[in-house]
Amino acid sequence: MRLVPSVEQTGFATTLHDMLSAARVPEAADSWAEGNHGPGRQLWTQLADLGVTALAIPARHGGLDATPIDLVIAAEELGHHAVPGPIPETLATVPTLLAALTETVPGGEAERWLSELAAGRALATLTAPPWLPFAVDADAAELVLLVDGDAVGTARRGTVHSSMDRTRRLYEVESAGPVEICPAVGRALDLGALVCAAQLLGAGRALLEAAVAHARTRVQFGRAIGGFQAVQQRLADVAVGLEFARPLVYAAAVTLTPRDVSAAKVACSDAANRAARAALQVHGAIGYTQEHGLGRWVTKVRALSLSWGAPADHRARVMAELTKGATWN
Amino acid sequence: MNLDLDPAALAFRDEVRGWLAANAPRDPLPSVDTPAGDAAHRAWEQRLAGAVLAVVSWPGRYGGRAAPPLHTLLFEEEYHAAGGPVRIGQNGLFLLAPTLLAHGTQEQRDRILPPMARADEVWAQAWSEPEAGSDLAAIRSRAHRTDGGWRLSGQKTWSSRATVADRAFGLFRSDPAAERHRGLTYLMFDLRAEGVTVRPIRQLDGNPGFAEIFLDDVFVPDADVIGTPGDGWRVAMSTAGHERGLTLRAPGRFVAAAHRLVSRWQEQPDPATRDRVVDAWIGAQAYRMHAFAALDAPPTEASLTKLFWSELDVSLHETALDVLGPHAETDPSWTGGYLFALAGPIYAGTNEIQRGLVAQRVLGLPR
Repeated sequence: MRLVPSVEQTGFATTLHDMLSAARVPEAADSWAEGNHGPGRQLWTQLADLGVTALAIPARHGGLDATPIDLVIAAEELGHHAVPGPIPETLATVPTLLAALTETVPGGEAERWLSELAAGRALATLTAPPWLPFAVDADAAELVLLVDGDAVGTARRGTVHSSMDRTRRLYEVESAGPVEICPAVGRALDLGALVCAAQLLGAGRALLEAAVAHARTRVQFGRAIGGFQAVQQRLADVAVGLEFARPLVYAAAVTLTPRDVSAAKVACSDAANRAARAALQVHGAIGYTQEHGLGRWVTKVRALSLSWGAPADHRARVMAELTKGATWN
Repeated sequence: MNLDLDPAALAFRDEVRGWLAANAPRDPLPSVDTPAGDAAHRAWEQRLAGAVLAVVSWPGRYGGRAAPPLHTLLFEEEYHAAGGPVRIGQNGLFLLAPTLLAHGTQEQRDRILPPMARADEVWAQAWSEPEAGSDLAAIRSRAHRTDGGWRLSGQKTWSSRATVADRAFGLFRSDPAAERHRGLTYLMFDLRAEGVTVRPIRQLDGNPGFAEIFLDDVFVPDADVIGTPGDGWRVAMSTAGHERGLTLRAPGRFVAAAHRLVSRWQEQPDPATRDRVVDAWIGAQAYRMHAFAALDAPPTEASLTKLFWSELDVSLHETALDVLGPHAETDPSWTGGYLFALAGPIYAGTNEIQRGLVAQRVLGLPR
């Protein structure tokens, strides 16, 4: 078992990082927050060109049949750049549900949607209570699903709610047609939670990088504030949290057990939230302004840690799994 | 988790597991820092060495089996899962030995490592001094040049195992004109030599776990200098990661403790402590997976690791005491671990020093 990325996987992350660094993500996110999805959709087209949207889709439907490790490596980079849009939904959960449905209902709509998603022509979102009471970005998504137990069907948007993350619009939905029984719901939701954990890890890393960059250049009392022990000690703790959350993400990508996915989600939420608090504190008032942009990560981290199973849900699940089986391995 | 171990690793793990099941003491040995405990722990090390399990990673000529790092991790997991005794030789095994393997002469390795592996010689560390704690480079103990060797004078403190150990190693100022990190020499000395006085210091648990060492013109031959005279700081720091880096911090120790904690909680599930128990388990699992990942990755800054395991150890034991409630006070199987854990953020470089190193070396913040 390998718990570190291969050279190819590291190269993929670098390619993605370079593309996103050049792609004006902040402007796309601001437009997305204002309801103009155009620049954001261009960004998603660029992601599709690099294969990101095809990772979790079987080859026979135009996908790349990639491993969950590839998926978390991509998701971490999307979190690193705070890319807007329904990321776990479009990249992981909906493709997994659709791929399973093509087995039980061959020749159905699911096949067409898989091709659309793989090519980056469609975004997908869903609700799946209790983890996902709302469908995020249902106004931007071509495909909206409602998952209830192991029943999956299409849905139409209802009431919209705003999030503390201005790029996330949360929709209540209602069933819009017949449902199919899907045997892959558990796996699909676990994959989504894992992708969300990886996004949190990447966002936490971005927050630490921003805090370090600011601390090295911001001068007060005649010296860079990064030289002060109070700042150093706090940022070191952030680095420790992120360093030890990462192996849980890779381990969960290998096993995909509910226990390991939940452990990864808890650890990444904690590490990213600690990074957010520290980064905001190190920046001071400038970080609290919309103009600065740090808030895109600060608000996204909190929203994502509550989504895809809140920390309490995942901690309860870890203990339930430990009670079911051996704690040793 | 299924680690997909190769057949050699599986065979090794089974061998260790089987041997420990048949040989590990069923009841705890007397405290290692008492005469009875000293003898019992040395006898235990002899048995481990007899099974070629004392130092699996070392080359065969010194008593090991040249096992790969994965096997060391597996050994530690099995050892702690079986409740194996404290390693009386740990200062030598995990701190001095890596230094000798990196910087020692062949003569030194052949002379020192085999008796260390059998616990025929137990080693104490002699780093800290009354005025050199976190600021280790402030060392004042002197090494004076003399015919065929050095004469040591000064005072060392917080010297773990010194009350029962045979020999010790540490840094001494050999060039009084040089300052701080320069002019230090890495030396080994006999704790029973003329001029050495060891005075036990009782720790907060009442046991004499460490000691002061007073050196009054103690002769050390040239053969017991490691590396070049004056180059001691570099020699010591090149393997300092090993103290922050192994055995006390073996992931298996934390996984075994987390396993015990989860089992204890499950006997009387209490929603009030559940999340903390889960966090302790997640922490141990994170540490374990980090160690397995590190086998395939460049070395991690040892300070990151030391911060993680020492803080985890405290929070895990605090959680255990809270789970047990008032009964914890009379349960030495947890109070002992708790008191031991409290030392973790202090020894091997305080966690404040480690955070500074992470900030400057990993994050690139200014000194």
